[in-house]
Amino acid sequence: MTDTPSHDHGETIDDDRRNFIHIATGAAAFGGAAMFAWAAVDQWNPAADTKAASALDVDVSKIPLGGEIRVLIGGKPFFVRHRTAAEIAAADSVNVATLRDPQTDDERLRPKGDGSLNPAILVTSGSCTHLGCVPVGPAQGNTGDFGGWYCPCHGSHYDTSGRIRKGPAPTNLPVPDYKYVSDSVINISL
Amino acid sequence: MKAFRILTAGLAGLMIAASAHAAGGAAHPHAPEEGWPFEGVTGQFDQASLQRGYQVYQEVCSSCHSMKLLSYRNLGDPGGPFYDPDYPNPNDNPFVKALAAQNEILSPTPNEAGDYDFRPATPADRFRSPYPNDNAARAANGGAVPPDLSVITKARHGGASYVYSLLAGYPDDEVFKERVVTEATDDAPAEVQTVIDTSKLHIGHGDDHHYEGYLIQNVGQYYNPYMPGDTVPQFEGDPRHAPPGGFLAMPPQLVPGRVEYSDGTEATIEQMSYDVAQFLAWAGEPKQGNRRSLGLAVMVYLGILAILLWFSYKRIWRNVEH
Amino acid sequence: MSGHESSYTPTNAFTKWLDTRLPIVRFAQDTAINFPTPKNLNYWYTFGGILAVCLVVQIVTGIILAMHYEASVDGAFASVERIMRDVPYGWLLRYIHANGASMFFLAVYLHMFRGLYYGSYKAPREVLWILGCVIYLLMMATAFLGYMLPWGQMSYHGANVITSLFGAIPLVGESLQTWILGGPSIGNQTLQRFFSLHYLLPFMIAGAVILHVWALHVPGNNNPTGVEVQDVAKDTVPFHPYYTVKDAFAIVIFLIMFAVFVFYAPNVLGHADNYIEANPLVTPAHIVPEWYLLPFYAILRAITFDLGPIPAKLLGVIFMFAAIAVLFILPWLDTSKVKSMRYRPVAKQFFFGFVAVCLLLGWCGAANPDDPVIPALQGDPKLVVSYTADGQEATSEYKGGGEAYVDAKRFMESLPADSNPSLAAVPAPTFMFRHFSLILTFCYFGFFFLLFFLGLTEKPKELPESIHKSVLKREKASASAVPAE
Repeated sequence: MTDTPSHDHGETIDDDRRNFIHIATGAAAFGGAAMFAWAAVDQWNPAADTKAASALDVDVSKIPLGGEIRVLIGGKPFFVRHRTAAEIAAADSVNVATLRDPQTDDERLRPKGDGSLNPAILVTSGSCTHLGCVPVGPAQGNTGDFGGWYCPCHGSHYDTSGRIRKGPAPTNLPVPDYKYVSDSVINISL
Repeated sequence: MKAFRILTAGLAGLMIAASAHAAGGAAHPHAPEEGWPFEGVTGQFDQASLQRGYQVYQEVCSSCHSMKLLSYRNLGDPGGPFYDPDYPNPNDNPFVKALAAQNEILSPTPNEAGDYDFRPATPADRFRSPYPNDNAARAANGGAVPPDLSVITKARHGGASYVYSLLAGYPDDEVFKERVVTEATDDAPAEVQTVIDTSKLHIGHGDDHHYEGYLIQNVGQYYNPYMPGDTVPQFEGDPRHAPPGGFLAMPPQLVPGRVEYSDGTEATIEQMSYDVAQFLAWAGEPKQGNRRSLGLAVMVYLGILAILLWFSYKRIWRNVEH
Repeated sequence: MSGHESSYTPTNAFTKWLDTRLPIVRFAQDTAINFPTPKNLNYWYTFGGILAVCLVVQIVTGIILAMHYEASVDGAFASVERIMRDVPYGWLLRYIHANGASMFFLAVYLHMFRGLYYGSYKAPREVLWILGCVIYLLMMATAFLGYMLPWGQMSYHGANVITSLFGAIPLVGESLQTWILGGPSIGNQTLQRFFSLHYLLPFMIAGAVILHVWALHVPGNNNPTGVEVQDVAKDTVPFHPYYTVKDAFAIVIFLIMFAVFVFYAPNVLGHADNYIEANPLVTPAHIVPEWYLLPFYAILRAITFDLGPIPAKLLGVIFMFAAIAVLFILPWLDTSKVKSMRYRPVAKQFFFGFVAVCLLLGWCGAANPDDPVIPALQGDPKLVVSYTADGQEATSEYKGGGEAYVDAKRFMESLPADSNPSLAAVPAPTFMFRHFSLILTFCYFGFFFLLFFLGLTEKPKELPESIHKSVLKREKASASAVPAE
């Protein structure tokens, strides 16, 4: 860098810009600002108490045959449905290859403590995979064209296994992470 | 500007000295002789002591004092008493689950019939409150609500040292005397008063004050030299030399062996006070370990940035007389 | 908008196009890059930049905290603690915000004292100074409103005391107080409106800051000599990079101190009582505002006498507001033609005295008014036995050490049983904080009167011809051993 004194500030500044010390200083300042920004952005993530409230025990023995209960976990709706034999048969008899999101009914169930499946109880998310509306079901008296659920927002029809059959929704109603705590109690978590 | 600087520094020092002196008429809380492990720039909690402290809280304090801001999951948080690196999510920590399940709480949500059931707590639940509300707490404790202990170390001057000094600072049995005020008659039993012979009091370490006289302890009131208050109205003796401290509604709780530590530590009064004070210091601000360690990194960073800026500054100004 | 000619030349087609439509680049160049700044500004002049950082930090952390805060009497305290415990980095953001308020005031006081010392309030910068006072007032309002939000004991009872001040205003006072509180006492509605205003005011501060900077750029910076810029080429340097780097260095030094508080003493500037949830039935034993409002609190409490028809309570309020109001008229109170106290040997001494008075007022504000200022000078308390004799109240005093107590006790025993004697220790009369505050209050206002007369009589030192000459003189003196470049 120049060592000759200059009264023309502009020239000196231009020289200085390439100086190592200025680059190092600028980089260090930028790094610090980025770290602070990290904290300011990270606080948008769910807080610890919000995360902790993301599991629920549900007693499935109280659901009437052919009915469902709706539960909120962390503010998200979930359907727990007690299917009739006819509904189970309807869900099993579908040719999986013809589905938009191919999944067998058994793949959409979770085993009980002894490893056996309980096809009478179906647990799915309660948000339509299209744009997040909550579909209507047996409680509202409208189960759609396929006996499962019907989303009134944009006309998606789900079957008795919660699989998308007709309408704009791209995928089946997702099955949440749940397990049987006992034969009649399931624990659903996000 | 030199005069200004000296003046400012001097006055600041004076004011700090004065404000430090401003605390009321209670004895100054003191830390344990070996100090607190969580103090200082790199201080961290002693996990074994936190675990013992939780045990003291659970077995002794929790029968009257709530900790509403704490959830059982906090016990398994990083830096917490029962943190296990195998379970980064404290809600999964089986030990924390077991500790939570030891407590029957009133469910915050109603059951299908609309009633509120008692059920074992889960890690997501708040600490069990001993009373359903303040009125119940007041009724059960002679009119005084036992304070919530969630942030007690931040809500009292002296913090953990205050809790430690208070719990371990009740006078020894030998200073208490029973005094008959009115003799027994046929109609009524004798009226007896508890008094403290204050000449036998030893407050803190190296306290050579002598408080000649008697302190009258009313029913439901307990003298403690570390409790902020005023002893003069209850003091029989020279009011200019009344002992420090005040009265509180909590009788001394810790007697040697009050809890049985599972790690074999001897449960002396000092040990239990130390452990529970440390536990409460943690509970008051569970993130303070993070705070200190992040603080160190920030200080180092700012120091480096200051040095870099200094050279940058010197370089930019090198050709300008100013 | 600045007084000097624009030195910006657009270099490419886009900037030329933009410059004729929205000359924002020209504006930035002229105000923040090329702005000619006196070359002799010292570190006391870096607090403007530091304050800008403080404001941005407070607004950024404040907006974030508002995302998690709950303005209700049932939820406020717990929501603040939830921020401390459960929100990612919530503890950091909250401690930055809480200590940031103190740092903001620390910087603003140094900024104001600097303006006072170098006469930065004098023509042609009166409006600049008044805008600064407006910002200061807004800051105090914001700080007061914000202090209520954690809903601790100090929050509640501090707000109670301050809003009661409005009740002292004649005729409209009580209606005004009820109107501010939205009810007979502080409640949920008060907390919600305080929260709303606490969110609003910082943006008003930001607006006032823009005006403040605008008013700065018309006459340009004052400087430690108080001599105006005569030759831009010789007396000034462009703001960037000369003052950006100097300010940045000072900001980082300031941040180091800030970080010490945030990370190692986050609660030392607060009150322990504010970690107890507000309880309208119990007032804390020792109720004081945050440290930065203590001098005004001391003035408020210093007035304990009625003045004619004005009751003491109202008089205290008047004095407290006058202590701030006097700053607004300062440009016309100071009659001296010389700006910088560097060249005002007498006024300079009084300036340092004024700084001391402000600090001591702060000390008084923190203390109990009835405590002795210097405990060592207070004599031993005397013992007083109060009793009734023949239906009359009577007292008997005893002075001295242990024997006084023995005498008092003997006297009490000698009294008849129905005289109901009681023994009390009465502190010896001494110089108490209430007295000290009163003296300091008069010193505070006295300083401004003094400035008025001093300007007419004081003989200033010789002023340098120009900023450039003053710098050269100093350089020569300090560099006589080292050959200059």
